[in-house]
Amino acid sequence: MKIHEFQGKQLFAKFGVTVLENRVVTSAAEAASAFDELGGPVAVVKAQIHAGGRGKGTFSEEPSQHGVQLVKSAQAATEAAAKMLGNHLVTIQTGPEGKRVNQVLIEAGCNIARELYLGIVLDRAAAMPVLMCSQEGGVEIEKVAHETPEKIFKEHFDPAQGIESFQVRKLCKKLGISGKSVRAADKFIKALCRMFVDLDCSLMEINPLVITGEGELVALDSKINFDENAMFRHSDIAEMRDFNEEEASEVKASDAGLSYVKLEGNIGCLVNGAGLAMSTMDIIKLHGGEPANFLDVGGGANEEQVTEAFRIILSDEHVKAVLVNIFGGIMKCSTIAEAIVAAAQSVGFKVPLVVRLEGTEVEQGRKILEESDVDLITATDLSDAAEKVVATLRQPA
Amino acid sequence: MSILINSDTKVICQGITGSVGEFHTQGCLEYGTKMVGGVTPGKGGQTVQGLPVFDTCEEAVRATGANATMIFVPPPFAADAILEAIDADIKVIIAITEGIPAMDMVRVNQRVEESDSVLVGPNCPGVITADECKIGIMPGYIHQKGKVGIMSRSGTLTYEAVWQTSNLGLGQTTCVGLGGDPIVGTSFIDCLKLFQADDETEAILMIGEIGGTAEEEAAAFAKEHVTKPVAAFIAGRTAPPGKRMGHAGAIISGGKGTAAEKMAALEAAGIEVAQSPADMGAAMQRAIDNATSA
Repeated sequence: MKIHEFQGKQLFAKFGVTVLENRVVTSAAEAASAFDELGGPVAVVKAQIHAGGRGKGTFSEEPSQHGVQLVKSAQAATEAAAKMLGNHLVTIQTGPEGKRVNQVLIEAGCNIARELYLGIVLDRAAAMPVLMCSQEGGVEIEKVAHETPEKIFKEHFDPAQGIESFQVRKLCKKLGISGKSVRAADKFIKALCRMFVDLDCSLMEINPLVITGEGELVALDSKINFDENAMFRHSDIAEMRDFNEEEASEVKASDAGLSYVKLEGNIGCLVNGAGLAMSTMDIIKLHGGEPANFLDVGGGANEEQVTEAFRIILSDEHVKAVLVNIFGGIMKCSTIAEAIVAAAQSVGFKVPLVVRLEGTEVEQGRKILEESDVDLITATDLSDAAEKVVATLRQPA
Repeated sequence: MSILINSDTKVICQGITGSVGEFHTQGCLEYGTKMVGGVTPGKGGQTVQGLPVFDTCEEAVRATGANATMIFVPPPFAADAILEAIDADIKVIIAITEGIPAMDMVRVNQRVEESDSVLVGPNCPGVITADECKIGIMPGYIHQKGKVGIMSRSGTLTYEAVWQTSNLGLGQTTCVGLGGDPIVGTSFIDCLKLFQADDETEAILMIGEIGGTAEEEAAAFAKEHVTKPVAAFIAGRTAPPGKRMGHAGAIISGGKGTAAEKMAALEAAGIEVAQSPADMGAAMQRAIDNATSA
């Protein structure tokens, strides 16, 4: 689960990680008073969306406006906020349609001496959290990791103990942090590591992490992802979820207990199991088609869920054919067959439907489909299913 | 022989009084697994599917001599259940539960490493040794005793692979569902070691997916230490970056963990890589044929 920069900074402040004074506003008028309240000669206006690359990104309605802007007056803050709010910011991570900006962060300026990168992720291979730092702050860290991995310094830490002071000193030495900033770094980094563990984060990034002219460390940005599996013990964080940032159909699917990801193609997929669902997309592509979605109905889906799954798939106007691929284990093929028949009645299929059933109660399942009046094409195996569904798109309707 | 479990394995189910735990205990009993009891705190003294229920793992082990456990405990309590199984010195711990927080698994993994227990999962279909012992939720009847050891991060895709190898008459020794989470107890490398050492396993089929680097690590290990024929399939070639594909661990992040990288690493290690999920059994057959003719 992702949150906005301003929400991340609120959490930082709570854990003792230094951030600059800021205000979140939803109207241009508020932007002026926020600038005045902050009281400095400069402020930064930052569009709040769940995507990176905001500084370089521009608005589709206001092509000259970037997603992050330095302003020197209340008037300028108002103008920048007006151009951002309600408009769509397009960055390298948003796709061409961009993301609508509903709130902007107005933040005080600071005296930047250096910009660093800091990130914490769960290292899957080591089964431990790992802190990563680099002197290459403010740039794309993926690029640094790819081209000059030696410029990224790592320290693993035990979640129970947190990071040790000597580990912070090692990093400071490598990053060229000295003097009283070392003590500031110890406090700052320990607080971050504690927060990563206590809040069940899956990713935390500060890019840039600033060292001020006064030797203080400040989180100038925040990107935080949380482990969705741990949200049962963080109801306050679960409330920070912004549904405006998510694909409506994906939210609807997750409410129904389905795992759905919308894609760009035109062949809808309904599959049981995540691995098989990914493979179904892959085999459609191998046969020259384009999958419209990933959809895992899960191991114990019932008729209602399957019907809802069909509704979601068919609500995507790009979908021109649907492939159902079920390998029955816990889920009986007969259950799926009954669900298909029920869905055909309640949802209605206006596009060709190819069904491949295998596994538990496959004979009963096939019989149910044969005896029904649902218009569908049956397939014998994975390849056959992919071929048939791709072929339906080639024939004139 | 086989790996991890066989016809002598005595199994308890943690979470046996829940509907899912009971349903699959019944399925395992029907397959012929030696289920000997179950554990649910506060429900000791009850009977489920004719099996005695205990309050603690310690009691269950003392009374039944269980040396394996199948865990269906809900996510908030599952890490604790695994730790209890380690404490009771149960050698093979198979966690089916999906949705355990990753940070809990960091803690659990540290304890597993200090013990001599093996943890498989979580978020996995379980482990099955064909015709001997099934611990998990897979449909038993598709398995056929044979020579291929299967290890996989997926559930239903594993059934597909099992079905394909059964249809080709290759059959299976043991099939291990490693689980779809970012942090799991048993890795591909752990499994490769066991299959390599197992006399009955003649060939190994590996089913990976996007996310992490477990497949790349396994490829490097196989190249150095595995002499048996290995074939592989990687799910998620068409998965978009930054999106979680069902499994908590199936995500391409920061441009890393793509299917293309994994397939390249496997091919570089001399492993036969199936291009299509319909080709997993055939790829295994090709790897076996190549090894015989070489």
